[in-house]
Amino acid sequence: MSGVRVLVGTRKGAFILTSDDKRQDWKVDGPLFGGWEVYHMKGSPVDPNRIYASQSSSWFGQIIQRSDDGGKTWYAPGGEELPDPYGPPAGISNRFIYDTSDETGKPLTTHQWYDGTQHPWEFKRVWHLEPSLTDPDTVYAGVEDAALFRSTDGGKSWQELAGLRGHGSGEQWMPGAGGMCLHTIVLDPSNPNRIYVAISAAGAFRSDDGGQTWKPINRGLNSQFMTDPTAEVGHCVHRIDMHPSQPNVLFMQKHWDIMRSDDAGENWYEVSGNLPTDFGFPIQVHARDPNTIYVVPIKSDSEHFPPDGKLRVYRSRSGGNEWEPLTNGLPQSDCYVNILRDAMAVDRLDSCGVYFGTTGGQVYCSPDSGDHWYPIVRDLPPVVSVEVQTLS
Amino acid sequence: MSEPVSQVRVELPFHLRNLAKVDGEVRLSVPEPVTIQAILDALEAAYPVLRGTIREHGTGKRRPLLRFFACAKDYSHEPADTRLPDAVASGKEPFLVVGAVAGG
Repeated sequence: MSGVRVLVGTRKGAFILTSDDKRQDWKVDGPLFGGWEVYHMKGSPVDPNRIYASQSSSWFGQIIQRSDDGGKTWYAPGGEELPDPYGPPAGISNRFIYDTSDETGKPLTTHQWYDGTQHPWEFKRVWHLEPSLTDPDTVYAGVEDAALFRSTDGGKSWQELAGLRGHGSGEQWMPGAGGMCLHTIVLDPSNPNRIYVAISAAGAFRSDDGGQTWKPINRGLNSQFMTDPTAEVGHCVHRIDMHPSQPNVLFMQKHWDIMRSDDAGENWYEVSGNLPTDFGFPIQVHARDPNTIYVVPIKSDSEHFPPDGKLRVYRSRSGGNEWEPLTNGLPQSDCYVNILRDAMAVDRLDSCGVYFGTTGGQVYCSPDSGDHWYPIVRDLPPVVSVEVQTLS
Repeated sequence: MSEPVSQVRVELPFHLRNLAKVDGEVRLSVPEPVTIQAILDALEAAYPVLRGTIREHGTGKRRPLLRFFACAKDYSHEPADTRLPDAVASGKEPFLVVGAVAGG
């Protein structure tokens, strides 16, 4: 029987919500990793039992967790191997070390700080885990301070793809309000060598050689907070999404503005259209219709809550510009939650389900592409991320 | 001839006990002399999952929101090769890894 598994990362642990394809009755498991921040969990597209989770804490740092049984049991890959007790520490699990070698990268060690001075690159946490489309042991990690890492041994060890930080503009990158994070990783299903990433506040970047070399793809973006609003880098991109059937078409929620590219990011144009505000964090493409996209407008960059206290998802069926509010089942008064960039996802059932989590701890589900909504859970810790696995 | 070894007790904060899957104190065999570094080396060798959670990967520095205590003394800012009191080396007193209280 088909069904869905919703992976929810929160400020105080992770939860797994499961249902059959009707998506009416839910089983809630958790908290996993209670008390830790779980910025992201995501399953392998080729092995749904393989799930990776980013567990972090300001006190204890970064842990990568892995499940090989669909979330029933977890372990820190690499941490299970006991070396000689008197030997030097040999483990490299959870070890994210920036590559500053001359051979593989460039000795780039500073970026722009909030006040414009240069600041050392300091690892803080993994924001996003993106499993390979073809190999369950290969997974990418987007981290703060912004860099891209890859593991090819199931999360036991991580190597930086240093060509991104070292491509030439790294010294101009600066942190956004949430830190200087690489939060979006999009793998092109039609081209295994093509990877997109997005960084706040640097912009979008693309590699066409499997992550070895990178170039900024920000032409058409306009960011008024920048000294040069159309500069090559410095834009605060909040999230990018793509439909696998149209890999050259990208949709972007920027700090302000909903943007679209029809040429793999070479050029962007605005499709904010009739939205009440085009500030927001997530953007999500429908699983079956590549021209249907969802955003959740937020009042402004200074007021991170829905306009007028009304929680409204907006849907465009035309790839942007024309948007309709979706309100059935969502609170339409006194609602002041936020929806973070990784906290929206879709399933791939015949009637596409749309899901999002809020900073108020609700996870909403619409089993009919956004026409009707209901909360699966109401009282979780603040939700940071939502991913959905469609199970057959 | 093998080098002398001390049996040392270590108290970890709640989240690190969970991570290492241990209840209560950890008992470690630590080669002498018993220093902060020797204890942490032995701890990480016995529980590799704790690598990076107390000392940062790469630099080996104590993570900023953790502190070390033993025998009612704060060792957080002492050099890693600081020799700990005999009471710790003998197992009479534990070495404490404590998360700084930051509210919230």
